[in-house]
Amino acid sequence: MTEYFLAKYNFWIYVVLMMIGLYAMMGKRNLVKKLIGMNIFQTSIILLFVSAGVKKGGATVPILRHSDYGSVHAEHLIRVADYLNPLPHVLMLTAIVVSIATTGVALATLILIYKRYNTLEEDEIMAIRKDIRSYKTPRILRSKD
Amino acid sequence: MIWQLDIVLLIFIVICAIAAINIKDLMGAVIILGAYSFFMCLLWTEMGAVDVAFTEAAVGAGISTVLFIAAVNKTARRSKD
Repeated sequence: MTEYFLAKYNFWIYVVLMMIGLYAMMGKRNLVKKLIGMNIFQTSIILLFVSAGVKKGGATVPILRHSDYGSVHAEHLIRVADYLNPLPHVLMLTAIVVSIATTGVALATLILIYKRYNTLEEDEIMAIRKDIRSYKTPRILRSKD
Repeated sequence: MIWQLDIVLLIFIVICAIAAINIKDLMGAVIILGAYSFFMCLLWTEMGAVDVAFTEAAVGAGISTVLFIAAVNKTARRSKD
């Protein structure tokens, strides 16, 4: 039983990384920290999918060794067990591009938030918004007077 | 897959992830996130996913770190937690 769980160590680390990312997204107050947590979360999911494509027993990268794979002789047949499963890799290429796109949009939004509220801390932004909603002078302006 | 190298890389990845969300200086946190991405790309090379590895090295560790540094430069560098 212990061996069975230890053999899948990639998946345990995947769970740990995912929980670190989730904690950073929910527990941290700074918005950049939340974004870093989101990045860690995304890479952990990519790690899960790439780990699913790994095969034990000397399987290598999915590049064909024989140029004459079209021949019908038995010694030239492609053995699937010799190559890794490339399907999760290709799916995860899309995931990486999507992750950089979301990061870029989120950083642009962060710059706009900073220009408007002059802070990136979630609790301070909430306090300013509360002041504005109850028709009080926002905290930033009060401290400058 | 060499499992010793795998374990070492995974431990470094977890250390980098914990450090990236705990450092109060945002610039340092972003640089450690870049190191995290490079360790991740080493791990994927070692697992045989070379295409994912070089995309992660170029996009995840390169462009993402540059965007983060630009954004941190334009906003506040200190964080409260």
